[in-house]
Amino acid sequence: MAHSYTPGLTVTERTTVRRRRILPLPGTVLVKVGETVHADTAVARAELPGKVVPLNLANQLGIAPDEINDYLVKKEKELVQKDEVLAENKPFIKWFKTEIRSPVGGTVESISTITGQVLLREPPRVLELRGYIDGTIAEVHPEQGVTVETTCSLVQGIFGIGGETNGELVVGVTAPDQPLLPERLTPSMKGKIVIGGSFLPAAAMARAKEIGVIGLVVGGIHDKDLRALLGYDLGVAITGTEQVGFTLILTEGFGTIPMAPKTFALLSAHAGQKASISGATQIRAGVIRPEIIIPQTSPSAGARVSLVEREGIQLGDPVRIIRDPLFGKIGAVSGLPSELRMIPTESEVRVLEVRFPDGTSTVVPRANIEVIEGA
Amino acid sequence: MTAPHSSDQPNIERPLNVIVATDCGSTTTKAILIEKVETEYRQTYRGEAPTTVEAPFEDVTRGVLNAIAEIEELSGRTILDGDRIITPNQAAQGHPKTGVDIYVSTSSAGGGLQMMVTGVVQNMTGESAQRAALGAGAIVIDVLASNDGRLPYEKIERIRTMRPDMILMSGGTDGGAVTHVVEMAEYIAAAEPRPRFGSTYRLPLVYAGNKDAQPQVKTILGDKTALEFAENIRPVLERENLTPARNKIHDLFLEHVMQQAPGYKKLIEMADAPIMPTPAAVGVIMETIAKREGINLIGVDIGGATTDVFSVFNGVFNRTVSANLGMSYSISNVLAEAGLDNIMRWVPFTIDEQSLRNRIKNKMVRPTTIPQTLDELQIEQAIAREALRLALIHHKSLATGLKGVQQERTISDVFEQRTSGKTLIDLLKLDLIVGSGGILSHAPRRIQSMLMMVDAYEPLGVTTLSVDSIFMMPHLGVLSTVNEQAATDVFVRDCMVYLGTCIAPIGQGKDGERCTDYDLAFPDGRIEKGTLTFGDLKLFALTREQQATVTMQPAKQVDLGNGPGQSFTATMRGGVVGLMLDGRGRPLQLPSDQAARVAALTRWDQTVGLYPTTGSEL
Repeated sequence: MAHSYTPGLTVTERTTVRRRRILPLPGTVLVKVGETVHADTAVARAELPGKVVPLNLANQLGIAPDEINDYLVKKEKELVQKDEVLAENKPFIKWFKTEIRSPVGGTVESISTITGQVLLREPPRVLELRGYIDGTIAEVHPEQGVTVETTCSLVQGIFGIGGETNGELVVGVTAPDQPLLPERLTPSMKGKIVIGGSFLPAAAMARAKEIGVIGLVVGGIHDKDLRALLGYDLGVAITGTEQVGFTLILTEGFGTIPMAPKTFALLSAHAGQKASISGATQIRAGVIRPEIIIPQTSPSAGARVSLVEREGIQLGDPVRIIRDPLFGKIGAVSGLPSELRMIPTESEVRVLEVRFPDGTSTVVPRANIEVIEGA
Repeated sequence: MTAPHSSDQPNIERPLNVIVATDCGSTTTKAILIEKVETEYRQTYRGEAPTTVEAPFEDVTRGVLNAIAEIEELSGRTILDGDRIITPNQAAQGHPKTGVDIYVSTSSAGGGLQMMVTGVVQNMTGESAQRAALGAGAIVIDVLASNDGRLPYEKIERIRTMRPDMILMSGGTDGGAVTHVVEMAEYIAAAEPRPRFGSTYRLPLVYAGNKDAQPQVKTILGDKTALEFAENIRPVLERENLTPARNKIHDLFLEHVMQQAPGYKKLIEMADAPIMPTPAAVGVIMETIAKREGINLIGVDIGGATTDVFSVFNGVFNRTVSANLGMSYSISNVLAEAGLDNIMRWVPFTIDEQSLRNRIKNKMVRPTTIPQTLDELQIEQAIAREALRLALIHHKSLATGLKGVQQERTISDVFEQRTSGKTLIDLLKLDLIVGSGGILSHAPRRIQSMLMMVDAYEPLGVTTLSVDSIFMMPHLGVLSTVNEQAATDVFVRDCMVYLGTCIAPIGQGKDGERCTDYDLAFPDGRIEKGTLTFGDLKLFALTREQQATVTMQPAKQVDLGNGPGQSFTATMRGGVVGLMLDGRGRPLQLPSDQAARVAALTRWDQTVGLYPTTGSEL
């Protein structure tokens, strides 16, 4: 199986990442190629069209739709203030005068003599796109946005909620198999990203919110706690816009699962440094996984490091078992038998052998492991 | 096989002796090799690989090449030259094991085609538009109509936030009023809809409403969308005309939407025929079976992200997509929609809620994993039953006659409270259920597929069940567009596996009460006589090639199609599972008490040999 592709999550001390920062609609790019930017730097700006308010003038004036131009005071594309007269009739007796006032300030977007409607548009809202990571502008996409590049340490999580944020990394536990209990969260963690261990209980989530922690990175949580946090049952893993007070990233999955030692060691080594994190997850076409990016500021950081494209799973690759009964266990590939093997469900599947650090080994379906990528 | 919906047919001149076909699913890319053996086409090898829309590849063709590489390894045939598929087959050049004659593919990996449809009256043109979009292989994310109860600004906000891949506008009969259609066009224009992918291309919009409104619609939307016109889908109140709009949707899907997803442009270039959306290809197969056999059928394709249901009743084809009912990406949504209790009722052991919830979420975030232990398999099959059940409810609500049409009534209808728009799905008139999709096609025992479908659909009376042997209906659907014989040969010989026949009396009674007496005369002279009691499930060996004569004498409140208490005699065929007598009641009765339920499930499992009693060790 020379080509066999196994999904994997990257955990690496040093790599170069590029992040495209694209506006949802055409706008203005504010930076140039080669420019150094910070996570909070505005790199592009666009004007989101304002809200549209439809008014059925023909109905309100009691006239035919094709007559509305005779009654309108304002013309198409003209500015209008809130409560300003938009249309009026001209009766012989003033008492019977009807005035239609604009319910919002904005522009007269369109006038329809077929439906008798007038569409008003509120002023546009300015949207500023931030850099998200500290780095340099590698590419400018005219009117659309930029690509920011940085040399960094990178940890990909498996699932997250909440948007992009950045702050200082602090470690809340002493070992990757320790749960992040509420008492470990202190007021000094306000505005910071806290690294936990195997589990984040609901009480710790509440405490983090109370303190003002901006990010939490842990091995696992219980689904019921996620439901309580969100207020609904998450049906499909498309996240990133939740506003629960912090960004949450799971590195392993649901349940109590120790954080992979490599992940914990890497994050701990960078305690005190600034990191950019995103909880956005989309487990469908064009998959997005949550991530922790720690830009490197050391003198050697300028040299670009490229990721080597992996060609299938190899003996010795570090892997995580991602299905029961050994969910969350981490080991290394020690055998790649090619023949199909019958598993307890009676399915015949491709398998591989995993050896654990304690010297024991097991055989699992190849579909049930994931490679921990990154040198 | 019938022709597909697409308007652009491939024109392949060369003889087709070796064919490779792939289906890029949301989770797995499946490849099959079809070879002409003497005068007949046969499916010979298959391979699969994870679909690679995920980083680091983000290119669907990677998964295609991986799946084909697996076929290469198994068959010994060289198909790939680097990233290129070798065509045509090199037999004439003295290399009989090199190359293929054609490569075709279907795909649903881009998350499908997400559409918004608009109509004037929600349950008339709104529903017709929905049916047109669903039939074209789309997922309908919302139906907007003038009378949908939402205020104009809410409609505009909805269009802005949903970011569909395409919009289908309908409304008004030809020659009728144009105001409401134009009003909807104004809302769409005001919303300035942006597509999901790519910020620079214009959103495709198909207008298939009152033809008299076309000039106004062009004025309002011509500059803001990639506007295309199709014939009105409801030119008069009494008639639907869905095909032109479906063809237009399919063409625009290929032109615009698919090319935005990771790697599709390359895939389109690799393939020798247009890439068909998977559901459209499966629909072609389902329609063909119903037409060829002259039967009523329900087909289901339960995938990772969606469950597609197809039905043909009295020649009328319908298709629905339950967008977030699937076994991997959207497995968690099945839990959310069905509720934990409904899933737990199918699990033959006790498990705490927290553990089950965590397991389901872990499958959602790592969708390509497979159940390794028996209890995990049982949980997944329990969830599948609920996904199938919910998707059928959804289908029933949309597969209806035309609404808003005055029905002609005869004197015999006077006492029957019938309204227009009644569902077309009549389980008592259902002849065949066809199952496809990973969980049904790859169930370790065929009885598991049969019981999953029986439990979910609760067929009434006599119903035959079949399954796509290794999940290749999509491939054959697209193949039928280029070589009908190849598709038909493989479908009959290698694809369709008849599971058997289920006889389910309608009625309910206490466990152990008489449901029906039965007398089964088998072709080898064997006679099985007995009483089926409520709560019983019985299975008899009977192959597809054999025919048994079945005589039933139901209890007075029990109906087998001839009326309560009326006797019933018929001859019927079996399948790889056999003939199943289902005395569990209709509607299906499961004990509400936990211990009694587990005991009943265990008893049924053991009666039909659903699961191994001791697990094979790795």
